[in-house]
Amino acid sequence: MSVFAGTCRLQAWPDRAGTPIEPQRAVRRAAATEGARRMKRYSVFAIAREALRQHKGWERAWASPLPRKSYDVVIVGAGGHGLATAYYLGKVFGITNVAVLEKGWLGGGNTGRNTTIIRSNYLQDPSAAIYEKARGLYETLSQELNYNIMFSPRGVMMLAQTEHEVRGYLRTERANALQGVETRFIGPAEVKKLVPIIRLDGPRYPVLGALWQERAGTARHDAVAWGYARACSDMGMHIIQNCAVTGVEAVDGKVSAVQTTQGDIGCKKLGIVVAGHSGALADMAGFRLPVESVALQALVSEPIKPCMDVVVMANTVHGYMSQSDKGEMVIGGGADHYNNYTQRGSWMHVEETVRALIETFPMLSRLKMLRQWGGIVDMTGDRSPIISKTPLGNCFINCGWGTGGFKAIPGSGWAMAELIAKGEPGPLSEAFSLYRFREGRFIDESVAAGVAH
Amino acid sequence: MLLLTCPHCGVAAEETEFANGGEAHLKRFGPGSEDAAFEGYMFNRKNPRGVHFERWRHAYGCGKWFIAARCTVTLEVFATYPAQVSEPPKDVIDTIKARRPQWGGWA
Repeated sequence: MSVFAGTCRLQAWPDRAGTPIEPQRAVRRAAATEGARRMKRYSVFAIAREALRQHKGWERAWASPLPRKSYDVVIVGAGGHGLATAYYLGKVFGITNVAVLEKGWLGGGNTGRNTTIIRSNYLQDPSAAIYEKARGLYETLSQELNYNIMFSPRGVMMLAQTEHEVRGYLRTERANALQGVETRFIGPAEVKKLVPIIRLDGPRYPVLGALWQERAGTARHDAVAWGYARACSDMGMHIIQNCAVTGVEAVDGKVSAVQTTQGDIGCKKLGIVVAGHSGALADMAGFRLPVESVALQALVSEPIKPCMDVVVMANTVHGYMSQSDKGEMVIGGGADHYNNYTQRGSWMHVEETVRALIETFPMLSRLKMLRQWGGIVDMTGDRSPIISKTPLGNCFINCGWGTGGFKAIPGSGWAMAELIAKGEPGPLSEAFSLYRFREGRFIDESVAAGVAH
Repeated sequence: MLLLTCPHCGVAAEETEFANGGEAHLKRFGPGSEDAAFEGYMFNRKNPRGVHFERWRHAYGCGKWFIAARCTVTLEVFATYPAQVSEPPKDVIDTIKARRPQWGGWA
């Protein structure tokens, strides 16, 4: 047995008689609060070692400690953005007395509900900067976290299906060249070569070309959250699941503690990173956000043999598609037009998306759809995120990623960590202030990006 | 899928027959008002988890505007009423309070 065996199983596993081992768990949880515990690294040697001993030595990837009385930084929301914020707080700024509170389970919100697309071909400079930072970090994230996030730089193309879109993407191509983001506008012949299953002469919307970003792609969404969680736990941070925040306490206009379902937890600084529920958290903290929450849907088909090895986005008809490693066609759909917290969407949006995609990909008509789900996305007026100080002192918010948050996780976490650590926005986040709406400094991606983004 | 009843023509239909018009009972702040008030009017929409009042238009029917009182968590529609009012009628408030005793009220 390894020296870690005593501390690795931190959750209530039943003993052989089937009764939960509560007293031991309490002791082990107390032990886990004492500080960092070095995790065992994953490697080919680890697999070989475990293969020889019936895989009994694998550890829990992250600990489940009881909350302390207080922390330097409390982050609400253990999705990709919240965990990435905690990770870069520790890694870049050396702040490890951090708790990440999660109402449900880790990565169970939009992190586990998106279509896993990573790209950075945005029109506006602040957007391109933060998304390109994120894409760059994704490239080496598996090695950095020692956790395979299955980043697959398979290339993303955004189809131009009207003359206006052609002009729009030619403009974006030039903007990207100035921003240092590698993109290229390609013609229909090259589109067909990259995506043999596409139909170029669609009845309504023929394919006139595409904006092609070769270094964009996909990653395994759950693994991103799990990898960050494991690295945070390894730095001694506390990830506390099933811990809903019910109130925010302030003293002299500065945040002092959060009330949770596991008791009050003191904090010197608070980061709110809760996507669809940002409005509710902001309400507790005493301010309002220019954000509305709606349900966004996605669906997957039955698994089939490999037929498309790039990501295709068709913004005119509002559908985007890639093939997962399991062989499912992963399809992103539309958002509801009304405020909604139900994590499911209206049927008509599935119909619209599939109807439109079948015109461009006729082979889809023969596929059965396996699953459909929804996530609650927080939409701002200009469809750009908010990474900002708030009216409450030492309280920071990261929200408004709307329909495109997954691709930004590492960059968003980096920018948010910088904001929390220094108390002032850095170059990546300064344009994404909460106050840009009052000042009229929009980062208008709602027009620039079309719809899907 | 929402099922709404138009209070003008009495037709009950699926949401595909209607068009959403955003938060209802907004107070307009135009030129000359404070920056904060104007910002609130332009951008800071209510985004409650629970009871919400919003404008709808019977786009593929009689074409008229009305207001729906709705729960954003369960999609329950408490009531619909014509849009020519500046705040929810008392009977609508009473209906909601009966269904949601915890509700903090309209403000």
